[in-house]
Amino acid sequence: MNIKLKALTKSIWVYHMSTGSCNNCDIEILDLLTPRFDVERFGITLVGSVRHADAILVTGSLNLKAIPRIKQVYEQAPKPCVIIAIGACSCGQGIFRNGPNCPNPVDSVLPVDVYIPGCPPKPEAMIAGIVKLIKELTGKK
Amino acid sequence: MIKYLFNYIIFPGFLFTAIIGLAASWIDRKVTARVQWRVGPPWYQPLMDIVKLSIKEITVPRSASKGLFFLSPMIGLSAVTLVSTFIWLINIDPSSKGFSGDIIVILYLLTLPAIAVILGASASGNPLASLGVSREIKLVMAYELPFIISLIVPIIKSHGLLRLSEIISYQTTNGPFVASLSGIIAFIVMIFCMQAKLGFVPFDMAEAETEIMAGTYIEYSGMLLAIFKLTKTMLMVALPLFLITLFWQGFNFLSIWKYVILLVIIILIRNTNPRVRIDQAVRFFWGKMTLMAVVAVILAIGGK
Repeated sequence: MNIKLKALTKSIWVYHMSTGSCNNCDIEILDLLTPRFDVERFGITLVGSVRHADAILVTGSLNLKAIPRIKQVYEQAPKPCVIIAIGACSCGQGIFRNGPNCPNPVDSVLPVDVYIPGCPPKPEAMIAGIVKLIKELTGKK
Repeated sequence: MIKYLFNYIIFPGFLFTAIIGLAASWIDRKVTARVQWRVGPPWYQPLMDIVKLSIKEITVPRSASKGLFFLSPMIGLSAVTLVSTFIWLINIDPSSKGFSGDIIVILYLLTLPAIAVILGASASGNPLASLGVSREIKLVMAYELPFIISLIVPIIKSHGLLRLSEIISYQTTNGPFVASLSGIIAFIVMIFCMQAKLGFVPFDMAEAETEIMAGTYIEYSGMLLAIFKLTKTMLMVALPLFLITLFWQGFNFLSIWKYVILLVIIILIRNTNPRVRIDQAVRFFWGKMTLMAVVAVILAIGGK
């Protein structure tokens, strides 16, 4: 494994972007940093600025106001940068499938790399999703 | 010439100090994790962060002043490299190195990383960065006063020596300054100033992650952010060594426990305190700390 890929997958800094979620997925994301799950073991930390981010966690059913904002945030992120859709709303619009305020799914606006379904997904499910992403990136099966 | 370049870039300078600083920052993160009942990152984590940041894209905001935005990380890094080279060389061979008044030069060079952060953040043109800058400027003005006053204590106690190597040799014959009353007071003041210079938790309001989203570093990405992080980790080596040189008989490879003790003190202060507001920090440094430093100077004049 070359050093670049190893460095990129061993130190994933995560930026958390809520596009009109009910705050449930956001609480579960913060659970990942608690002593019980402790994702800092794998070098994953939550950063405050998107300029430092390697992965953008999108939660919530993308509403009309959030679409230009999330495009802008994605353009501001330094590449390479992956996008992880967390929760039923951002994966497939969830219960807001027929809602008038959120007509676009997240993957029609942004190139989503990982889908983690659940309402909210358990922290174990999020860790499993990240592990699958790392395996996909490094080519190990 | 080649010897000086070697000293600056490889052995006691950039590379060596960076490796020790990365190890120290891993110890910091691991101990912090253990205090919070977590497992903590593996030993290569700080190195991986630096490598990862240096291969990422550098984004420059449209409103930024480009020259200063790129230049200021280099200013901080070169200053801290010069300080650490100087302190290492003096401690390895106290007999020949140094010039008269080098304490004052080191004092100025230790301020330069903070100045570099201020310049770079205000060049980035971000409102949150400017908020961080105003806090950083107030913090620099707050901690420099007790830092300079307590720096006078070893000069008075060594009867007016302004050369670091002479201060070390004075201490080896007459005992360390930290064993005396004025020395220990000035040393404690210096430890708190060091915490603020490093930007660690009670005094990290300039880059408050939960409040103004990394503040001064908010627009920096890629290689430039890596240089800022590296500056901070190297400062984590240079500042404790400067304190040991001034107060604690200097430093060689056998007395690494002195550095470890100072590192543990930094980490414990960091893990047992919440972040203070900027007005509380200024009141703390201009009130209690300056008072303690003045008392230490008076005691040192009185010969205690």
